[in-house]
Amino acid sequence: MRSANLSPVVLTDDWKNAGFGLYIHWPFCQAKCPYCDFNSHVVAHIDQKAWARAYVAELDRVAAELPGRTLNTIFFGGGTPSLMHPDTVAAVLDHVRKLWPMANDPEITLEANPGSVEAGKFRGFRDAGVNRISMGIQALNDRDLKRLGRIHSVAEAMAAFDIARDCFDRVSFDLIYARQDQTVSAWEDELKQALTLAIDHLSLYQLTIEDGTAFGDRYQVGKLRGLPDDDAAADMYALTQDICADAGFLNYEVSNHARPGSESRHNLIYWRYGDYAGIGPGAHGRVTIDGQRYATECLRAPGAWLSAVETGRAEHIRDAISHEEQAQEYLLMGLRIREGIDRARYEALAGHPLDQATLDHLTDIGMIRANRKKIIVSDQGFMVLNSVIAALANA
Amino acid sequence: MTPLSHIRNFSIVAHIDHGKSTLADRLIQETNTVSARDMKEQLLDAMDIERERGITIKANTVRIDYTADNGEHYVLNLIDTPGHVDFAYEVSRSMRAVEGSLLVVDSTQGVEAQTLANVYQAIDADHELVPVFNKIDLPASDIDRVAEQVEDVIGIDASGAIPVSAKTGQGIHEVLEAIVHHLPAPKGDRDAPLKAMLVDSWYDAYLGVIVLVRIIDGVLKKGDQIKMMQTGARYGVDRIGVFRPAMQPVDELGPGEIGFLTASIKQVRDTKVGDTITHEKKGADKPLPGFKPSVPVVFCGLFPVDSAEFEDLRDAIEKLALNDASFSFEMETSAALGFGFRCGFLGLLHLEVIRDRIEREYDIELITTAPSVVYHIYMKDGTMRELHNPADMPDLTHVDHLEEPRIKATILVPDEYLGDVLKLCQDRRGIQLDLTYAGSRAMVVYDLPLNEVVFDFYDRLKSVTKGYASFDYQMTGYRQDNLVKMQILVNDEPVDALSIMVHRDRAETRGRAMCEKLKDLIPRHMFKIPIQAAIGGKVIARETLSALRKDVTAKCYGGDATRKRKLLDKQKAGKKKMRQFGKVDIPQEAFISALKMDD
Repeated sequence: MRSANLSPVVLTDDWKNAGFGLYIHWPFCQAKCPYCDFNSHVVAHIDQKAWARAYVAELDRVAAELPGRTLNTIFFGGGTPSLMHPDTVAAVLDHVRKLWPMANDPEITLEANPGSVEAGKFRGFRDAGVNRISMGIQALNDRDLKRLGRIHSVAEAMAAFDIARDCFDRVSFDLIYARQDQTVSAWEDELKQALTLAIDHLSLYQLTIEDGTAFGDRYQVGKLRGLPDDDAAADMYALTQDICADAGFLNYEVSNHARPGSESRHNLIYWRYGDYAGIGPGAHGRVTIDGQRYATECLRAPGAWLSAVETGRAEHIRDAISHEEQAQEYLLMGLRIREGIDRARYEALAGHPLDQATLDHLTDIGMIRANRKKIIVSDQGFMVLNSVIAALANA
Repeated sequence: MTPLSHIRNFSIVAHIDHGKSTLADRLIQETNTVSARDMKEQLLDAMDIERERGITIKANTVRIDYTADNGEHYVLNLIDTPGHVDFAYEVSRSMRAVEGSLLVVDSTQGVEAQTLANVYQAIDADHELVPVFNKIDLPASDIDRVAEQVEDVIGIDASGAIPVSAKTGQGIHEVLEAIVHHLPAPKGDRDAPLKAMLVDSWYDAYLGVIVLVRIIDGVLKKGDQIKMMQTGARYGVDRIGVFRPAMQPVDELGPGEIGFLTASIKQVRDTKVGDTITHEKKGADKPLPGFKPSVPVVFCGLFPVDSAEFEDLRDAIEKLALNDASFSFEMETSAALGFGFRCGFLGLLHLEVIRDRIEREYDIELITTAPSVVYHIYMKDGTMRELHNPADMPDLTHVDHLEEPRIKATILVPDEYLGDVLKLCQDRRGIQLDLTYAGSRAMVVYDLPLNEVVFDFYDRLKSVTKGYASFDYQMTGYRQDNLVKMQILVNDEPVDALSIMVHRDRAETRGRAMCEKLKDLIPRHMFKIPIQAAIGGKVIARETLSALRKDVTAKCYGGDATRKRKLLDKQKAGKKKMRQFGKVDIPQEAFISALKMDD
């Protein structure tokens, strides 16, 4: 440890408040969904062995800088990681175990497309060590699935879901709402149906039109019609929270609902602002090395990434982030979760407390609850969270 | 020195884009005033600067030597002034300095609003007019139609009109001949005491103030001791010369000539447009008629968006004032906007140009508050105060009554738009004084309160008449009326920068319009915001801006932290463009936009 007597321990070790996770990005999909702005690519052929070797090389590079960590969680995201061969997943996980000691009951999640081909691999993923599956079901009617550019049907999704439930104790799925021409009551019916299927975790995202996507292009030229306005979307959001709560699924984050104890522990590392190593094309990381926290990012293009790995240069961005920036990131990630942020931790990072007048005002108008230790955003505050964060960060 | 009979002084009257600059260029080129090597649209460049200087309404001048077809050598002086109602007085002085005008009309477009406004200025100055129909090289050119319009609408003989193409050069020679043969030579007496009209002046970093003069009588020489007859100031002449269009020294300027002098004058403020310059000894006993000191009639506050830029703003305003005597300024503080300046202008255009120059040339972002006219407040103790800023309105218990400035407005408009113009004037508390027809054009004269005109009247007039109306006004004096100060409260807090003076009968309408405008201009906040207009303690209009319902990012995971943080920084920068009143952020453009009336 370098100059531990100069850097306050709380800063060098801030990540310990939330633990350490590993994110692995698989950049391929069978088809690109029109709403998705993630780093995903459609290719004819994937050399699974080459990719496995590359991930292993990257793991070695990262582990060399982060020795002695205990790994709490692993997350295969994408893209469509269920397109990985189970052997590829196994190769990665076997190697991870050699590099870091795992926490008791580590959470290892893999994102899956709910198609029949993928379902056939679920057992293989489980045998490789995956213990949680997150399925992109997105909608429970075929017309909307088609409009969202999904290649599976509801029947296929249900079949895949049943297989997943057989293989994994923990199964989550995603739905997208506030879709084109979706009424509040149609969403209510669909959500209630989803809750009868759900085991322990649901991610419910309002459709967001992102620049640079097919939906974004259509929206720009006025060809994406029937989207609910902000008031209708707000009503849908409020309704969603109520229905989930009634079914025992708490909104532990803005768009995530779980039975108590079944929250995504990997994602909580992000929101609690822990350390996470990110490998694979376009993967981001936050890693603390010798008391300094860095934001890292790997090359986005799969081909470029693959060849850069050989020379150890897949990570093309490594920015030291200042204490003030870390405090901002803690604020904007931490206020997304129901448990809120820890004021002492914020103050230690920022070097100053949050503005009291702003806190009082936000409390007065019902956006937050604040006590001596914590700041917690209310249900009402979640709906306008960007404004709440901006008010606190820019006060 | 050129004999009077061989001098012609003229200006060019035209609607915008009818080809005035190109024609001027051609005249210079045709007469070899500027060598071919230096030509490169030199005058045009000067006119760009001129446009920049449009605010201070600097006359652009060029002296052209021309040998006519009869073999005689003539000196032609062109004075070019942009015409705008804000600078009506300055333009009228320039017009008085010459004897004739070229009336340039685009033969593809015909007579337009500005043609009229300017041509009447010329007729007012007793000019001889030579109609010039430009752009005859274009297929859409229709000379007969334009000639008919000129005769019908303006009422002058168009039979001698010269068809030209300033672009190809066709007809330029004929224009030069017409200047010589149709425009009158100036009159003047070389042996009389010196009388020179101060046409314009501007500041030059090397030479100090440069004064543009037209010699009426007598002779001006380098080294002369001169006196400004209106201000009484005395100077020794350092230099005299003419513009070709670059400055060229000459030994003397005689009657009928136009040129410049420098005399170690430090500020443009010391030179009054329209003043008469004479010799200190054996000077003229009577000044030229028609002098009026220029008085700012519109006031507004200018505040830096970034309060740290206050000193930069002071610097910028002081520098601009060096070259523009017609605007005034003094420091002002606002509870909401911090430190700034209360500035006085000749009119709205003048205000806009100064503001734009500060923003563009000095790179200072500004908040401009509601323009206001100068009210006269008669106090119960018998004293009178001038009110430049509604925020300074004294306690009503001490006020006996208020008077506001009135104007006589003259509007020329094609009769199909007459109804809209009458309605506009009526809505702005106008009293009709006259309504006559000239061909298919109506001329209406209204007595209007200046405060109803000062803000967006001209914009509205242009918009309801599709740009076909021309408008001119003169101040007529002050009159008592039922005027009140209206405050705007946002989230129950008064916003001083939005206070306005308004006629009591118009207060509800204005108040409602402003509240509605602000409701659109202020972004939704996390809470609902009442917006109210009030007179004294009484609310006369109210709107409620509903609370923001949804503003949340659906997905935010490990890969999004950097992007979201950068977005926060960007928002922070954007917030600088807002002003905070209590808990409400008001965008700076709201301070002007809220006042625009859509009538």
